[in-house]
Amino acid sequence: MAATVPPGHRVSRAGRWSAWAFLAPVTGYLVVCYAYPLYRNVELSLREYTVRSFVQGGAPFAGLDNYRTTLADPTFEPALTHTLVFTVASLVLQFTIGMALALFFHQHFPLSRTLRAVILVPWLLPLIVSASTWSWLLNSDAGLVNAALGVVGVDPVHWLTSPRWSLVSVIIANVWIGVPFNLVVLHSGLQAIPAELYEASALDGATGWQRFRSITFPLLRPVSAITLLLGLIYTLKVFDLIWIMTRGGPADSSTTLATWSYRLGFGNLLPRFGPGAAVGNLLIVLALLAGLGYLRRQRRQQS
Amino acid sequence: MTTTAPPRRTWWKTGIGLVLTGLMLFPVYWMINVSFTRERDMRASPPHLFPVDGTVEGYRAVFDQQLPYLGTSFLVGLATVALTVALSAPAGYALAKLRPPGGRALSFVLLTAQMIPGIIMAMGFYAGYLELGILNTLPGLILADSTLAVPFGVLIFTAFMSGIPDELLQAAVVDGAGRLRTFWSVVLPLSRNAVVTVSLFAFLWAWSDFVFASTLAGGGGHQPITLGIYRYIGNNSQQWNAIMATAVVASIPAAVLLVLAQRYVSTGITAGAVKD
Repeated sequence: MAATVPPGHRVSRAGRWSAWAFLAPVTGYLVVCYAYPLYRNVELSLREYTVRSFVQGGAPFAGLDNYRTTLADPTFEPALTHTLVFTVASLVLQFTIGMALALFFHQHFPLSRTLRAVILVPWLLPLIVSASTWSWLLNSDAGLVNAALGVVGVDPVHWLTSPRWSLVSVIIANVWIGVPFNLVVLHSGLQAIPAELYEASALDGATGWQRFRSITFPLLRPVSAITLLLGLIYTLKVFDLIWIMTRGGPADSSTTLATWSYRLGFGNLLPRFGPGAAVGNLLIVLALLAGLGYLRRQRRQQS
Repeated sequence: MTTTAPPRRTWWKTGIGLVLTGLMLFPVYWMINVSFTRERDMRASPPHLFPVDGTVEGYRAVFDQQLPYLGTSFLVGLATVALTVALSAPAGYALAKLRPPGGRALSFVLLTAQMIPGIIMAMGFYAGYLELGILNTLPGLILADSTLAVPFGVLIFTAFMSGIPDELLQAAVVDGAGRLRTFWSVVLPLSRNAVVTVSLFAFLWAWSDFVFASTLAGGGGHQPITLGIYRYIGNNSQQWNAIMATAVVASIPAAVLLVLAQRYVSTGITAGAVKD
């Protein structure tokens, strides 16, 4: 058969290397637009930078001082806790609601396709749009949510302005944004499950719940794993939403590592790039650990 | 296919589906409603559920104040699309069809690149841009915004181009076409759907970007619409009809996308997740 392969497609060693001509632009791009910013970020975190030393150079080397400052900062512990709570709560709720909706929309009924498409809107909106809409919905005095609660006799809740509720509020908004993504991905996973399996189990007299537990859930596991992993990566990154709704406040009650990093670097008149970059790098480490830990657990479960 | 219920029984499901969709989309309706509400009705108790005695003064404010922001966002979006496609289509071709040594490693790097939080990239870009003197410039913002889409673009192009039959490429080679020509006149035209998907998402992400805009373009003469809304919220927090009108206008690309290109949207979302 090898003789019939045209010359241009024989996978010669030289030919395979010349494929890098097509990869060169994106490789150069990765170096300039990913490796370099990351390197600068590490460098920032190891020096004593101010806006002045940016322009004139000569920021003194500070070693791990910025990391020490960060870890000792009274904001560190709440920021870490809020990051974890925000991430776990968002993931669990998005996935559960997304799964429920996916199962529901999987039962082809009239209009199901259209409705499934329209439900994507929250995911496609610019985050600043969603964030400002939710800010107004949750406004203490004039917000619709409090008005609705008032109808059933519940006192107004200070969603965004009380330390007790601010984190809950941003979680609600984030879940709203994430549900459509979970719905679409899980739905496509459901469609890949052969219908014969359900028919066979229906003949065996399995109930709906049994079918879900013994067919849908195991077969959906790979897709669920990817959905949760992508959700994890996305949720750890969330910054715009929280910053626009609460700025991490009041009194750090909704501060996460991402918003704290932004506030240190850009949120004050006097920027503290060093500690800001240090917090950012801690966030990357956290993301990597979470991602790797998750993948390992998945692998163990599969084997 | 799960249920094989007779059609007459499924209409009540449509009813439930409508209610669920309505609940999910209610905040969007509320945004539109508030954008038409008069300022003095804004704090009415109970809030007006429909814009009776509506006003378009919010939209007038958008036209008076936000057009430059919208123009900037549009320009940045288009340029980001061009840059993203130009970088990721050739890479997808190489990874899918030419099997270069180290290709898997590059794919892995691209995957992990997507995990880096935007705020960290922004700080690194800020440091570099300040020294290069391209802070608050459009090219700087475009370059940063493209990082949101390039890894995704390579992923989509690779997945899509893997599906192009090798025979087609071999036929081109038999006709004497080199690799560049094969790519340009065979692979790229066949990958139209992938080009559309990548372009749509690149545009949408650049249009929606707030992190890079606020850190890298916040002090410049050209600011995108996300900053326009952000400044609105900061400055005149009383004029909620104007804020929400701007939000409605800023949502138009997402809406257009959904209406005109729904099938590409689902492709984009699921391609990254389901295909391996």
